[in-house]
Amino acid sequence: MMMSAQAYGDKGKMKEYHYTGPVEHKFSPYAFNGGTVLAVAGEDFALVASDTRLSEGYSIHSRDSPKCYKLTDTTVIGCSGFHGDCLTLTKIIEARLKMYKHSNNKNMTSGAIAAMLSTILYGRRFFPYYVYNIIGGLDEEGRGAVYSFDPVGSYQRDTYKAGGSASAMLQPLLDNQIGFKNMENVEQVPLSLEKAVQLVKDVFISAAERDVYTGDALKICIITKEGVREEIVPLRKD
Amino acid sequence: SRASRKRECRIMATVSVCQYHRGGFSFENCKRNALLEADINKLGFSSPAARKTGTTICGVVYKDGVVLGADTRATEGMVVADKNCSKIHYISPNVYCCGAGTAADTEMTTQIISSNLELHSLSTGRLPRVATANRMLKQMLFRYQGYIGAALVLGGVDCTGPHLYSIYPHGSTDKLPYVTMGSGSLAAMAVFEDRYRPNMEEEEAKRLVRDAIAAGIFNDLGSGSNIDLCVITKGKVDYLRPHDVANKKGVRTGNYRYKHGTTGVLAKTVTPLNLEVVEENVQTMDTS
Repeated sequence: MMMSAQAYGDKGKMKEYHYTGPVEHKFSPYAFNGGTVLAVAGEDFALVASDTRLSEGYSIHSRDSPKCYKLTDTTVIGCSGFHGDCLTLTKIIEARLKMYKHSNNKNMTSGAIAAMLSTILYGRRFFPYYVYNIIGGLDEEGRGAVYSFDPVGSYQRDTYKAGGSASAMLQPLLDNQIGFKNMENVEQVPLSLEKAVQLVKDVFISAAERDVYTGDALKICIITKEGVREEIVPLRKD
Repeated sequence: SRASRKRECRIMATVSVCQYHRGGFSFENCKRNALLEADINKLGFSSPAARKTGTTICGVVYKDGVVLGADTRATEGMVVADKNCSKIHYISPNVYCCGAGTAADTEMTTQIISSNLELHSLSTGRLPRVATANRMLKQMLFRYQGYIGAALVLGGVDCTGPHLYSIYPHGSTDKLPYVTMGSGSLAAMAVFEDRYRPNMEEEEAKRLVRDAIAAGIFNDLGSGSNIDLCVITKGKVDYLRPHDVANKKGVRTGNYRYKHGTTGVLAKTVTPLNLEVVEENVQTMDTS
């Protein structure tokens, strides 16, 4: 006799078959557009890197849609999650940056932008922006700073952080290579800019292997006291 | 004595009634699974997902036979589980079958039918026909009412000529000159509808199938890695795995080898095993 789990209901009794009437399918205001973001802070530099693939379901919308947005000469933000909310959120941040500049006659510092973003996100606590944000930049003393957020505004300053679809794959690797976790007898040299860029490229190569949402190309924004420099590296396109 | 009889009873109580396990599917856990399904989200876990192949598979009939093609990515959710799995399964020396859908279902179904077909072939004394494999597959899949998630592209050459079938999980089949299945089937079919002609030459047919699978690999997130081809003609089978390595892993510039002592050693005991080496075979793994 053929049986299946679907024929049984909650309590383990067989479901009675009956017509439930017209079923309304709920509209979801969110979509998941994939993408991975990564930020690393060094002694006198910061890196914000993201892949450039925009996807939905099993399809690719674009192979050239970077997730890093330059805010000031010393701050870059990486946003992944629902692309609609990423665009709106970055527009709001840019407007707020201008307002601050006009009222206070100076540019916002990285720490100030982070604090402001937290309040913007919490303002939508009951209909959140479906965005995973990571800010990378230089603090007032010129040292590298990374601030990582959750969708409703909880944030903290970090040395390095991965966000987005492949974050669970990248974060442990960074904990090991930058944080020197789970290793003994290793010389803990501070991270140089060249090594950090090399590490970010290698780590994204691995992420593109196993995460279907990550690939196409990698864009790295390198923030130093000279300004913001960009590097683009190709990744797997499948 | 009474003491020994008591001991006997206790032993009998621990051994539950031993049921003879017949082959095939066991539905013992269905009721338990239904109860777990209902509660599992409250506990914060998610139920384990069966590994699906994502997949783009296709087949084409050309002048001298059939060409079957498949990608090589297997996914578990949206994570790649196997970067180079084989989706073109052997049915008989002249019949091969590509499988999309639940990986375990395609593997087991094709193996069962392959085994039964071999016995049938020994009984008839003839090379098996593609139509026979088709009939056996559809009858099995219909019997399971779609619960076996196997979507297949079956192709081969027999005494009546080259044949190609597509078989759906519920048991319906279509006999066509060109077919595609899997999540990348739309991308592959777009290529076929553009460039298919009847009675193509072998090279053109191989190129067409390669391009159809490539369309799936690059435009569908569920498909990826390499392109496998299987060219079946009267008397010869070319199993080309891989036919085209469409995607190579990026070359890492850093060195991530750990030195000895990186993992702390707490204690060390060495036990030598005195073994006689009878047979040695080496299987390389991907350490790139």
